[in-house]
Amino acid sequence: MIYCVGHSIISPLGEGTEANIEAVKAGRSGLKHYTERFADVEPFCASLFDTPQEFVPLCIKSVKMAMDNSSINNDQTVFILSTAKGDHLDLYTPAQQIAASFGNRNQPIVVSNACTSGVSAQITAMRLLQSGMYQHAVVVGCDLQSRFIVSGFQAFKALSNEPCTPFDPNRKGLNLGEAAATIIYSRQQNGQQPYWTLKAGSIHNDANHISAPSRTGEGAYLCLKDVLNGVQPEEIALIGVHGTGTLYNDDMERIALQRAGLADIPMSILKPYFGHTMGAAGVLETIICAEMAFRSTLSNGKTRIIKILSGFGGVNAAIRIER
Amino acid sequence: MYKVQKEIEITPTSVILNGQPIATTETGDKMLVELYRRYAGDYPKFFKMDTLCRLGFIAAEIVLREPDCQQPTAVIMANRSASIKNDTDYLATISEGNYYPSPALFVYTLPNIVTGEIAIRHHLQGETSFYILESPKQLEQLVNCQLSIVNYPLPTVLAGWCECSKPDEFYVKMRIIYGTTD
Repeated sequence: MIYCVGHSIISPLGEGTEANIEAVKAGRSGLKHYTERFADVEPFCASLFDTPQEFVPLCIKSVKMAMDNSSINNDQTVFILSTAKGDHLDLYTPAQQIAASFGNRNQPIVVSNACTSGVSAQITAMRLLQSGMYQHAVVVGCDLQSRFIVSGFQAFKALSNEPCTPFDPNRKGLNLGEAAATIIYSRQQNGQQPYWTLKAGSIHNDANHISAPSRTGEGAYLCLKDVLNGVQPEEIALIGVHGTGTLYNDDMERIALQRAGLADIPMSILKPYFGHTMGAAGVLETIICAEMAFRSTLSNGKTRIIKILSGFGGVNAAIRIER
Repeated sequence: MYKVQKEIEITPTSVILNGQPIATTETGDKMLVELYRRYAGDYPKFFKMDTLCRLGFIAAEIVLREPDCQQPTAVIMANRSASIKNDTDYLATISEGNYYPSPALFVYTLPNIVTGEIAIRHHLQGETSFYILESPKQLEQLVNCQLSIVNYPLPTVLAGWCECSKPDEFYVKMRIIYGTTD
């Protein structure tokens, strides 16, 4: 178990966790239509910053905001970056630049586990802290959209050119998004009032297809089973699903949730607000799900949530968070 | 405690399995095809893979075929340059004046696809993780950290540093590491 002692979100919906929660509560969406943002690509719908951002400064800003509320010792801190395409396809140099900007001398870690990276990164943090290798982990997730990514998803016919409608029978595909989000985890409370605790994490492969999810939700089901680990499904207040809005992903998740006995638990689906923010998704969606569930009276006093993601390469990852 | 059960290292000019060199006639990318024909041969999907995946696939193929090799419960791999070689190949399909993005190339613009290819081939539904790190030593530390916090069941990890940043330039070192109560 590790403690969340700080977090932040910067997205087209606002700067800071509170601004983003307020935007979601008000039903605001960052999704817009774009026709000329990137050369050659077909018109698309996405949640992009009005002013194009630079990767490293955006990550640094997000980490600074998250650190505001916490005090952590640099020598015992590891930076973990979750990203799909990093800074113009470079993944490791930006991680070094982010850590260095805080005077941190430990070798950073980049998690590149496709769309599950933001949850995988939190599981990596849990292991590094539990083993005693570090006392604190700064998990920052970020991706910025580009001609490279949009053209690829279009070639894959995975994008909807309308705002996505996850779990709708007529869903047409996903929308991409941009964001940076940070969670700071500590091994001990150190007198701080933690936001929540990360209790369990699990990663499983479908062993089925590199670009299509398992028809039986194999890996996702195994992840859900692992993170429940003795907790009854009815004790879960909320499940933050991946909910991309593609035909196959949502179907796969429905099957996995049914197999794990979680079909009746309320779901949180955030892609219609933020789009699919790739490396940021697991971090951003964990923060929003946890904060909204734990503040809401709708949770009926339940103090546990699950966040799950799936990605290319057949990989699935889930975590259990408790207040 | 943990032990290295098997180890393979492949460079463009050499293949070393458990400390013993394996003779090949080809070098570079062609050598990977030669190894495929010798050790697998029944998996045409190999030819759809990018070099990074071919490299990891072949290393896993050879090491997991070793007699008494333990079935991995986790596949943990890493490199320094992510999928940069295939990213460059994909970029060529969307260059100005020649825009025809290839979905077949795009799917390989994520380095963790190699862990997925290995999982599919060997029916491994355990963990698959891919990291971008400074050095193979850092991967070793991560794997040791992961092994140190699990008591039961004792895991068996297929751990691999798998790097390919340019055509005919690659390096893989893959190990089977298992927990033992000895």
